Amino acid sequence: MNLLLTTLAEMPVPRDLPLPLPLPATLLKVLLVLFFLVHILFVNLTVGASLLVTIFEFMGRKPGRERYDDLALAFAKTVTVNKSLAVVMGIGPLLCINLVYTLQWYGANALTGHAWLLIIPLVTTAFLLTYLHKYQWESWRHGRRKILHLATGAAATLLFLCIPFIFLANANLMLFPGEWEKVIGFFSALQVGNVLPRYLHFLLASVALSSLFGAWWFWREDAPVPGFTREQLRRTFYGVAAAATACQFLAGPLLLLTLPGIGITGRLYAIIIPSAALGLLTLLLLLKKWHGPDSELGREHGLIWILFSVVVLGMGSGRHAYREAALATQTAAIAERSAAYEKALADFNESHHEQAIPTESPEQLFATCGACHAPDHRLVGPPLQEIARIYANNPAGIVAWAKAPGKKRPDYPQMPPFAHLGDDKLRLIADYLLATAPK
Amino acid sequence: MDFPSYYLDHLAGGRLIIGIIACIHVLINHPLAVGAYPLLTYMEWWAHRHGRKDLDELARKITFVVFIVTTTAGAMTGVGIWLSTSVFAPFGIGSLLRVFFFGWFAEWLVFISEVVLIMAWFLTWKKADTPEKKRKHIRLGIILSVMSWLTMALIVAVLGFMMSPGDWNQTRAFVDAMTAPLYLPQLAFRTAFALMTGALFVWFATFFFTKGKDNPTRTWVVARLSHVTMTSLIFLLMFGIWYWLRIPQEMKANSAVALLSQDFAQWHSKFLTLLGWTAGVFCVIALGGMTAPRLIPRWALLIPTFLGIWLLSHFERAREFMRKPWVIGNYLYSNGIRKDEVAFLQHEGILKYATYVKYRTVTSDNKIEAGRDVFMLACSRCHSTTGLNGVVEKFTRMYGPDEWNAAAMKGFLGSMHQTSTFMPPFPGNDAEKDALVAFLLETRTTRTPVSGAQSEGISLPETLTR
Ligand code: HEC
Ligand code: HEC
Repeated sequence: MNLLLTTLAEMPVPRDLPLPLPLPATLLKVLLVLFFLVHILFVNLTVGASLLVTIFEFMGRKPGRERYDDLALAFAKTVTVNKSLAVVMGIGPLLCINLVYTLQWYGANALTGHAWLLIIPLVTTAFLLTYLHKYQWESWRHGRRKILHLATGAAATLLFLCIPFIFLANANLMLFPGEWEKVIGFFSALQVGNVLPRYLHFLLASVALSSLFGAWWFWREDAPVPGFTREQLRRTFYGVAAAATACQFLAGPLLLLTLPGIGITGRLYAIIIPSAALGLLTLLLLLKKWHGPDSELGREHGLIWILFSVVVLGMGSGRHAYREAALATQTAAIAERSAAYEKALADFNESHHEQAIPTESPEQLFATCGACHAPDHRLVGPPLQEIARIYANNPAGIVAWAKAPGKKRPDYPQMPPFAHLGDDKLRLIADYLLATAPK
Repeated sequence: MDFPSYYLDHLAGGRLIIGIIACIHVLINHPLAVGAYPLLTYMEWWAHRHGRKDLDELARKITFVVFIVTTTAGAMTGVGIWLSTSVFAPFGIGSLLRVFFFGWFAEWLVFISEVVLIMAWFLTWKKADTPEKKRKHIRLGIILSVMSWLTMALIVAVLGFMMSPGDWNQTRAFVDAMTAPLYLPQLAFRTAFALMTGALFVWFATFFFTKGKDNPTRTWVVARLSHVTMTSLIFLLMFGIWYWLRIPQEMKANSAVALLSQDFAQWHSKFLTLLGWTAGVFCVIALGGMTAPRLIPRWALLIPTFLGIWLLSHFERAREFMRKPWVIGNYLYSNGIRKDEVAFLQHEGILKYATYVKYRTVTSDNKIEAGRDVFMLACSRCHSTTGLNGVVEKFTRMYGPDEWNAAAMKGFLGSMHQTSTFMPPFPGNDAEKDALVAFLLETRTTRTPVSGAQSEGISLPETLTR
């Protein structure tokens, strides 16, 4: 109990929005994980492929190695499509996370606010550069222009490599509300939890998935890129995928070991370890293909995709299990505090219902005017003394003025209209004004 | 009260950014997507029917422009509305999402199909080289046009609902929200606007892709599109009036402030005149295109373009402003306070229940700091301190530069929702009014702007009294 109290003392416990969720929370969480994986697939294909495109184009700039340039162009054509899909597929998980983790997610967004908003221009710029890179390929092929072209592609890739940090910082920060008090802006948010290992994990997955995608994409035709056979390409891409996956066996444990203890549970291990074992199987299969004869390359491609998907689903579920565990204390406290608040509010509204709208006294009504009209000196408007002189025995005149004030005194601001108070109330005010104004 | 405040002092608290992003989005979406897709599909169809290769090529080139713009800035500003509202008005977007999840979900599905279709349509254009394939390609354009219109139709439901929630407050039902009274007129107005500006955009783009005054391609485009512009203009005016007549009464009372700010309320009539000019210029250009197409130079089209941008920005701005003080009409105020909470908070105090504040009660020692928190909670979603739409400037306008009267200011806070109907009632108790006044008086002299959680971090109260 004491421990709970001390944890809570450092942890903000906001109140939840009082509206019900449109779907059961569990269902929304399942949807969140599924939609997110679809989104991250296309993100991976965008980030990983644009990195590979830059490398291929760089390799292809030497005479005699033009075929790498052609390969880069053929791969670049997939990036412009996948990046659009990455954006649209991002809306679904965004809707879900906004609903089920409203307080944590929006809170993290606000704390990294500038970076969060910079996503919009940064992604737009990256996209425009990608298009420029793709559509200027032919006309910027030679001489100095080629350098410009390479630089354009590299700039887009660099942006694609940086932007994920912003999302990761948010997805990470939301898990540790107990640390929020220490956070001042985006860069300090990077120091909470373990953003860097997470980024490494993401980057390797991007390279592995893009390579697997390349292994599929360039297999569809006999001679997909001049200078390469489809077997050569598939072998190369399998090799890259295998290398990236092998590195995951360093990055993965690093990620797990650097996770703050708050969300680590037996359940997490129960999900992660079998997934990693399956990952090992995938790696072995990839290596076998990479090493094996050409005749083997056409087979079991689908199986690799299935294995990969299951591994990714496992990792995504593990993430989710960690999130739930890390937020459990706060979630319970939020529920309790929200319920207590709503109850206090309901009780108050109940007990004050009868005398809820006491007919306001003329004096209270007049307070509205009092913000600008003082008895005997100029405030915003003229003093009541002056008004009473102008409208002596003419309350209806005051009502008419207050409903649609004119512009009389050049050195005064405009008085706002009060038609919304209604004639009756204005009349009470006018009578009160005339009765109490100093003569 | 339950979210850390992202806040930019120089930009009216920062809400302006949502407005700018939303305006850019609408200005791309309406003419280039909703308006242009059907027109470009029509061009492609006509070219196919009459064997006009030149028109087909022109339509493809213009589609390239549309493709680039909509899949970059168009898509990202669309997402940007989500990203920016989540930092500026999390309570608002969070609540709306709970009510409108299925609407947004459906919109997402339509949006996916729209993006897939525009990519498919543009990227397969050159590959459609047989009549059979071409017919399929044209069909793709038709579906795309329908989908982009549907995206707009769904989003307008949400916007319309925010202004006038219909029966939603009683039943809280999704369907009621979708059939709110302003829905149809707004949708009709936007459709006409999209077609009118879409036609103008295609017309304008044609000048860049064709050469010579008597170019037959250009003549074809100008003749057809000036008719489209004219027809849409007539509908635009009709639907505009329909929309205006439906705007609930109390919002109309606000619209003088809505169209410009209060300083300019007296310019309202001038605004109407200018509105007339916009319609007039569109009318002249359309008539010119219909009767003497060769006389209309390229630059002349820029005038209605800018007027169109201006008109729509103002339409959006008016919509945003007329909504004040609500985010969700009659339920949630712009500062995140619910209507049914006001009396309670006035009685108990707003700080007592707020999460991200330093003090839960006002004392004579913490008055100014507590006042700053009250400002953040109650005013910062609409005002800055010293920047744009700053409270210091507002009070200076009322009381002059140095004779601020604490008692009068406190009185103003008590009736601020009466004095300015676009403001919510003050959601705190008496001590908090004093604290806010103390903070304002301090800020008047120091002129130090307040910063938000993104640059200053959050502070939590010492003890969490529940
Ligand atoms: C926001 C400040 C403000 C508030 C609130 C306000 N007034 Fe005024 N009032 C003014 C100003 C400024 C003038 C001077 C306008 C002018 O002469 O151009 C004025 C002038 C007047 C006059 C003088 C008109 C004349 O013929 O010279 C009357 C009467 C009046 N107000 C009544 C009221 C009443 C009644 C209320 C409350 C329902 C009220 N005012 C609330 C600012 C205000
Ligand atoms: C819903 C948004 C909103 C909120 C919340 C809000 N205001 Fe305003 N306020 C406005 C608008 C809009 C205006 C008019 C701006 C203009 O046209 O000059 C305004 C005007 C004012 C004025 C000038 C009034 C006049 O008659 O000239 C003052 C003073 C002011 N606000 C103070 C405050 C204070 C203090 C708070 C917090 C307790 C607050 N406002 C909260 C929207 C808001």
